[in-house]
Amino acid sequence: MALRSLATRKTLTLALKSTRLAQSRALQTFSLPDLPYDYGALEPSISGEIMQLHHQKHHQTYITNYNKALEQLHDAIQKGDSSTVVKLQSAIKFNGGGHINHSIFWKNLAPISVRGGEPPHGSLGWAIDTNFGSLESLIQKMNAEGAALQGSGWVWLGLDKELKKLVVETTTNQDPLVTNGPNLVPLLGIDVWEHAYYLQYKNVRPDYLKNVWKVINWKYASEVYEKESA
Amino acid sequence: MAATTSMVTSLTFTIPSLGLRLPTRSYPCLKPQRRLVRKAASNVITATYELKAPPYPLNALEPHMSRETLAYHWGKHHRTYVENLNKQVVGTDLEGLSLEDIIIVTYNKGDILPAFNNAAQAWNHDFFWESMKPGGGGKPSGDLLDLIERDFGSFERFIEEFKAAAATQFGSGWAWLAYKANRLDVENAVNPWPSEKDKELVIVKSPNAVNPLVWDYFPLLTIDVWEHAYYLDFQNRRPDYISVFMEKLVSWETVNTRLEKAKARAAEREMEEERRRKEEEEGKPTNEEEDDDDLEMYVDNDNDDSEAE
Repeated sequence: MALRSLATRKTLTLALKSTRLAQSRALQTFSLPDLPYDYGALEPSISGEIMQLHHQKHHQTYITNYNKALEQLHDAIQKGDSSTVVKLQSAIKFNGGGHINHSIFWKNLAPISVRGGEPPHGSLGWAIDTNFGSLESLIQKMNAEGAALQGSGWVWLGLDKELKKLVVETTTNQDPLVTNGPNLVPLLGIDVWEHAYYLQYKNVRPDYLKNVWKVINWKYASEVYEKESA
Repeated sequence: MAATTSMVTSLTFTIPSLGLRLPTRSYPCLKPQRRLVRKAASNVITATYELKAPPYPLNALEPHMSRETLAYHWGKHHRTYVENLNKQVVGTDLEGLSLEDIIIVTYNKGDILPAFNNAAQAWNHDFFWESMKPGGGGKPSGDLLDLIERDFGSFERFIEEFKAAAATQFGSGWAWLAYKANRLDVENAVNPWPSEKDKELVIVKSPNAVNPLVWDYFPLLTIDVWEHAYYLDFQNRRPDYISVFMEKLVSWETVNTRLEKAKARAAEREMEEERRRKEEEEGKPTNEEEDDDDLEMYVDNDNDDSEAE
């Protein structure tokens, strides 16, 4: 399910308003992508209550704030207001990162009924065995890293395009995987912010990590892997 | 003081002679949580840190903070920090130190050592429970209110700023009201013209386990903005949680008591510094106990400059 980033009515009015800045491009705004499954479809691994809050509140808020920050950045760039440009960087990183990461996350998940949890075959399965010994071993590694992460962040299975190998990485807060290295492509990300599991698993993050694998969409990860390692 | 000093100097790390000072037992907020336990089957004494209960029953903050939240937040999260800290500390150089000392040592000027997270979070949560009370909220009075009005313009502006700090601490962390006494912004800098006005209230926010002790401030009030602190009661609505905290939970009496202690500690420290400065000027050899120069320990450093890392 491709990321929807259509020009909205807002973008058009913005473009119309800025006719005096005829040279400037219209600012693209982002909107919440639909989930390709119902909120309750990932139960019992992830509750419908969590999925709904996570999607409709958390992800939506990142998008709203990202759009706002981009608009302010656009203005500041036009005016040559460097202080504001620099001041906005953290808001863009937090909220833009949040949008990027969650957009990937929804695609990383799939109900069991559509083969969520089914182990990867083909070239990704082979690459996992080569890099980690076995799928089990990869999962153990990601769970260990995810559980040990202090505070908020993500644990990733990534492809290092330059070194042509798979890596397990963690990022803090909403930093996208690319902040760990420009050649890293995210295949699979697991959100370990407390909002991702608290209502269901409370403080027991390791239980969440154990169960989330039952709904991981390896098909999507394989597609990305095949495309990026071509 | 001597006992604490010698225990800490048994660890090798550099303390500049000015600036970040060795912690003393006189931290304003918490008495050292230490209990010596004699194990039944051996003659080994192990120091353990205790999980202190909040100063009210777990349901006492309802409906503003649910019993369920307290049961998990204190009963699971806080308890786990304390238990893991004990496991990490036993048999190491850190054993026997007060919690505040462990925090400063393991913060290691930002190059954080493993026990920091558990130690700081154990301390932070004690401080957090004590920052609240049933029937809390309202407005402070007396010196505290005067200082707030002096340093923030008005109580309302203080509330706004504190709430903003708490709301914009991205990810996990804490927001604080702290008393900053006579320190300049850059660590190790010595204030050439110290005055009463340098002692001020500040609002700061910190990520994850970090707290203002590591910046040598005196914490007065805190709110936990890790998601686990509010998710059961407020889900994603952190601003609502913050408002309820300010309006219904803050114990201004506790904040006031902490401020008085902080002012007293700050005055003590000033007098000590004054005395040391005088002694240095007069060229008198200082008492070994108070001589900071002894505490400049160098780690693999050929450089004589104590300020060099």
